[in-house]
Amino acid sequence: MTHARKVTIQMDGRSFEVPADSNLLHVLLEKGVDLPYFCWHPALGSVGACRQCAVTQFRDDNDKTGRVVMACMTPCSNNLRVSLDHPEAAEMRKAVIEFLMTNHPHDCPVCEEGGHCHLQDMTVMTGHNYRRYRYTKRTHRNQDLGPFVGHEMNRCIACYRCVRYYKDYAGGKDLDSFGAHNHVYFGREKDGVLESEFAGNLVEVCPTGVFTDKTYGDSYTRKWDLQQAPSVCAHCSVGCNTMPGERYGRLKRIENRYHGELNGYFLCDRGRYGYQFVNREDRPRRATRKNGHVETLSVQEATAAVSELLKGGRAIGVGSPRASLEANHALRALVGAENFYQGESKASAELNALALDILARGPAKIAAIRDIERADAVLVLGEDVLQTGARVALALRQAVRQEAFKMAEAAKVPAWQDASVRILAQDAKSPLFVATPAATGIDEIATRTFRGTPTDVARLAQEVLHLLDPMPAPRAPGLSDDDVHLAHTIAEALKKAERPLIVAGTGCGSRVVLQEAANLCTALAKLGKQPSVSLVFAESNTVGATLLGGPSLDEALARVDSGAADTLVVLENDLYRRLPAARVNAALGKLKHLVVLDSIPTATTAQAEVILPAGSFAESDGTLVNFEGRAQRFFQVFVPNNGDILESWRWMQEIGLAAGRDMGDALDALTAACAASAPALAPIVDAAPSAKFRIAGLRIPRQSHRYSGRTAMHANKDVHEPRPPQDPDSPLAFSMEGARINLPPAEIPIFWAPRWNSPQATITRFQQEINGPLKGGDPGVRLLQPDPAARPPYFERPAVLDHAGLEVVALHHLFGSEEFSALGEAVRQRVPAAYVALNPATADRLKLADGATAAFAGAGVTIQLPVRLKAELPEDVLGVPAGLPGVPTVAAGSELKPAGGGA
Amino acid sequence: MTLRTAPPDRPLTDRIRPEHEPYNLREYEKHGGYQGLRKALKMAPQEVTALVKNAGLRGRGGAGFHTGVKWGLVPMDGSAKQKYIVANGDEMEPGTFKDRLLLEGDPHQFVEGIAAAGYAIGATVGYVFLRAEYFLAAERLRKAIAECYAHKLLGEDIQGSGFTFNLYLHTSAGRYICGEETALISSLEGKRAVPRAKPPFPAQSGLFGKPTVVNNIETLCNVPHIVLYGAEWFRSISKSVDGGTKIYGASGKVKRPGAWELPMGTTAREILEEHAGGMRDGLKLRGFLPGGASTDFLTADHLDLAMDFDTIAKAGSRMGTGQMIVLDDHTSVVGMLRNLEKFFATESCGWFTPCRDGLPWTERILRDLEAGKGRPGDLELLQQQTRLLGPGRTFCAHAPGAMEPLQSALKYFRADFERGIAGTAPAKVA
Repeated sequence: MTHARKVTIQMDGRSFEVPADSNLLHVLLEKGVDLPYFCWHPALGSVGACRQCAVTQFRDDNDKTGRVVMACMTPCSNNLRVSLDHPEAAEMRKAVIEFLMTNHPHDCPVCEEGGHCHLQDMTVMTGHNYRRYRYTKRTHRNQDLGPFVGHEMNRCIACYRCVRYYKDYAGGKDLDSFGAHNHVYFGREKDGVLESEFAGNLVEVCPTGVFTDKTYGDSYTRKWDLQQAPSVCAHCSVGCNTMPGERYGRLKRIENRYHGELNGYFLCDRGRYGYQFVNREDRPRRATRKNGHVETLSVQEATAAVSELLKGGRAIGVGSPRASLEANHALRALVGAENFYQGESKASAELNALALDILARGPAKIAAIRDIERADAVLVLGEDVLQTGARVALALRQAVRQEAFKMAEAAKVPAWQDASVRILAQDAKSPLFVATPAATGIDEIATRTFRGTPTDVARLAQEVLHLLDPMPAPRAPGLSDDDVHLAHTIAEALKKAERPLIVAGTGCGSRVVLQEAANLCTALAKLGKQPSVSLVFAESNTVGATLLGGPSLDEALARVDSGAADTLVVLENDLYRRLPAARVNAALGKLKHLVVLDSIPTATTAQAEVILPAGSFAESDGTLVNFEGRAQRFFQVFVPNNGDILESWRWMQEIGLAAGRDMGDALDALTAACAASAPALAPIVDAAPSAKFRIAGLRIPRQSHRYSGRTAMHANKDVHEPRPPQDPDSPLAFSMEGARINLPPAEIPIFWAPRWNSPQATITRFQQEINGPLKGGDPGVRLLQPDPAARPPYFERPAVLDHAGLEVVALHHLFGSEEFSALGEAVRQRVPAAYVALNPATADRLKLADGATAAFAGAGVTIQLPVRLKAELPEDVLGVPAGLPGVPTVAAGSELKPAGGGA
Repeated sequence: MTLRTAPPDRPLTDRIRPEHEPYNLREYEKHGGYQGLRKALKMAPQEVTALVKNAGLRGRGGAGFHTGVKWGLVPMDGSAKQKYIVANGDEMEPGTFKDRLLLEGDPHQFVEGIAAAGYAIGATVGYVFLRAEYFLAAERLRKAIAECYAHKLLGEDIQGSGFTFNLYLHTSAGRYICGEETALISSLEGKRAVPRAKPPFPAQSGLFGKPTVVNNIETLCNVPHIVLYGAEWFRSISKSVDGGTKIYGASGKVKRPGAWELPMGTTAREILEEHAGGMRDGLKLRGFLPGGASTDFLTADHLDLAMDFDTIAKAGSRMGTGQMIVLDDHTSVVGMLRNLEKFFATESCGWFTPCRDGLPWTERILRDLEAGKGRPGDLELLQQQTRLLGPGRTFCAHAPGAMEPLQSALKYFRADFERGIAGTAPAKVA
């Protein structure tokens, strides 16, 4: 909220100038006042349920009695006089904790929340010490909520945050409050897996230990015993900021790391729970060479061996969109730019380049998550964002509330008065249109939905374009009256909006959809609007890899086919996920040497002659570029103690050294070299301070000042405390000692402040203002600076070819389509079994029943899988889950035909 | 159809015949029914509101808000396409049964009242939110509503007036908090019965986000009479500054517990001694809750006070529903409080902390005191609860209501509580 008018308020002898009608609790927390609260959450607003943030409000200077009010429900008016110290307010705050404690168990020593529990912090803050309540506590039965979230209802203090987050904010249906009085129960109607894709945030939303991270609980460590480093989510292109924690060489959990523009307070469950692959024993952990049998190599042997293989001069390298810029750059430097290939198929690489071009050229503003939340009319074209970039979908749920905020503003109700805004607005929503091949999880909040092939989606967009800019843009052919009417509705909504947003992506594999999305942005700009665009890409560094460029994997394989290359170095990439297996096999068969660096076992490592164990995101540093073109640095959380795992770029630095090529011996050299390789990449050095950065000569410790057992934890191996690992790559140290204040926002390894041990410290001590950027600015640098004045010509439309067979449409799964997360134990329980999908009418024509196994062939692929009927899928389309284990790789848009052997 | 020659003194119960089926539509009309509505339909809506305002009708649900003022808060400028009138029939206040009497005894009077009220505020839809256990009232109301639909007294274009009014009966699932008007609205919407933050007020954004007026059953039953006989008449049948009659009641160990329609401002003594027949033989009055369980105790010293909103408020209590609960000298005060607080603790919706967790604690302390197992400090604790759960600290009026009998009992009958501390004599009287 922006307010022009400032007012002065007084609190216990202090005086603040604040925006009129701002929330008193916000204001006081921003000023560093320790005012306890529970039910209020910066993303959820105020409801006044817990009565914890009591202050005394006075009418005027003569009023000494005052009356107790809740700060979270009090708008700041001029000369508002409040006191925290007033005995009645202090008594109230202490009493509320005492009330809460009548039923809260004294199980802190065995509770997972202990040590980062907001309730603990608030209890200490209010000064409630001794128990006067002498009666029994109420007990509840806990539920099994699935692999992600633990449930311990006895700890509940009934702040209602969980249901307000889960239902109101995230749109979940299966968590609710039941019962009444002091037996109110928060859970599901019966035991079962929490359905929401964002259920894991309950763990952080809950102010105490009712909802806990089950994966963390299974291998538990106190918060203060974790070694942490700021990281960036490796599981999609959004690049949410995360805080992984490690102990004993094992990654224990992922927590949200606040970023004002990007993820805010929330992650998706893929991001939170996808980390478990890091702990797999069967990861490549030592360098191996297959030579009839598999031999283990030392690091020196391995680097020597690979540098030897590179000497022939017929080696080429294939990079990866899931490896950092530095790793890709190191490979390019190692094999030579002329021998470096992107790790993407030609089709994907072209699509990515197109999407990047659309973002870079303007006129649309590239929407950060925060911008998406504020968009007041949204058109989603082709992309199932809930499955491909889930955090975007959660933002869209907030975008449709813009109408509610408009209504509240008209009724002079502040936006932070959550319950009041919801009462006023009821089900009113701002326009959101979802045009996709298959049903999506955000259809329920959409004004209208449209189902069709990507080509149909593009046609609808073309019609909207025609309505926005009739002269140059022709009408779309072949639309039904209903679709034309829908196009009118969409065009009107976009025209009426103040902040229209177009969302698309590479997920449906269609050029024409991306082009029409770009055309619409241009048309809206021509109408004087300031459109935003959000394009979802496939992987954590797809944008970075595209900026880095290089010919595609198809071209690399062609070079192998031709015999011009006989050695292939593959960087953190499974080629079998890029192109049909037959195509990859044909090329690999002709190779002499296949070297693969990876952190996970894949179909490609299975074929490799030499495997070099690469660090995962948690064992490596590097720079990723997210879907908004933001370069973000992630930092090594821990040095693996099991095997010879090295950062992939360090392997290449070592190999380079063995081959007589100096590529530096730390990250900064590679970041700088990569930045120098292309103007667009130049700012990446500023994504975070360099390794030389110090605060008063000190590094920043990864361990908390309470980190325990440092001198004893290795004593089972050696009574001498080992020298801690050194970090040449960042200003962070594997240590308890160093600077803890005034940290640069990109380098904060733990959100903690005295009296604030829970993640709520982020809100009260690290934000410039409530919901604003971190102090010092949100991390990362934007690489793309689209020109709002650009008016690029509309993309022309290619002739539409008739499909003779079934058109392959990619279906995405939050749990299953992404490589890393699907390898983890918890996520694996949520991954669906392999299938292909058909419209019931199409299945009927092909005489296929639901569940029948059928074979389809074409485009060099044969798929034989059980058929699932999906009513919303267009006819004559074969829905193929992208990346799902057991589903062969086939390009979207390919044509497949039934290959017999079905039913 | 006959028109009555002289206006009645007891308009609300005039047509109620105890132990008989209520009048059907034909009989009701024969006894002057639906004349008020017919007359209202010929007036401008704002005129009806003004009339009710002038008549001094105050809400009979307990808070005593001026009904005409409440109606006047509803936008009448055509900005709201849909408005609602809701009748609060969730009569769960302990000791209170006046709405039941009115609905079971004369359902058409209520239907006429809500239709006229709907007309006054421009609501085309009315809901009756009825207490879960009022089966007979529900049955009789359904029958009355059906008759009205059959005779164009409800539905499209009532009596050719152009006014459309549809009336729906919703029976509650049974929570005391549904009597709180915003919780009632939440419940009617199918949501948890939790009170709402104000603003927005229901007149601005109530049921389904539309302007809504929630009125008590008894309040609405007065409306046809006011329209028919006028504001002057309505004031004339009262003994108080507030207009009209009031259904007063008495329960407890009195000779004839019951409810009676009497002029507003009748004294507590008259209600107790003349209508309820005084205390049962051998019992003496120790105190009474003037208007249901959530009002402060008054004592024999207050018997000569007029039972109207302002007089009772000045004496430190609330008139509430006007249904007295009488405490005699052979009943344990602490036991009575324990019973009441158990009710309030159970009926807390669980929304905010002091109410949800403070009331069960209060009840348990009272249980100990009743059993003579109290501990030193318990009374101070109770005293503190009355402050922490009192006005201003809470989200709605439930907890402050629960504290009213307790705080006044601590004031008037403190020795009874002190006897409950372990080591002293048990609290039980006689």
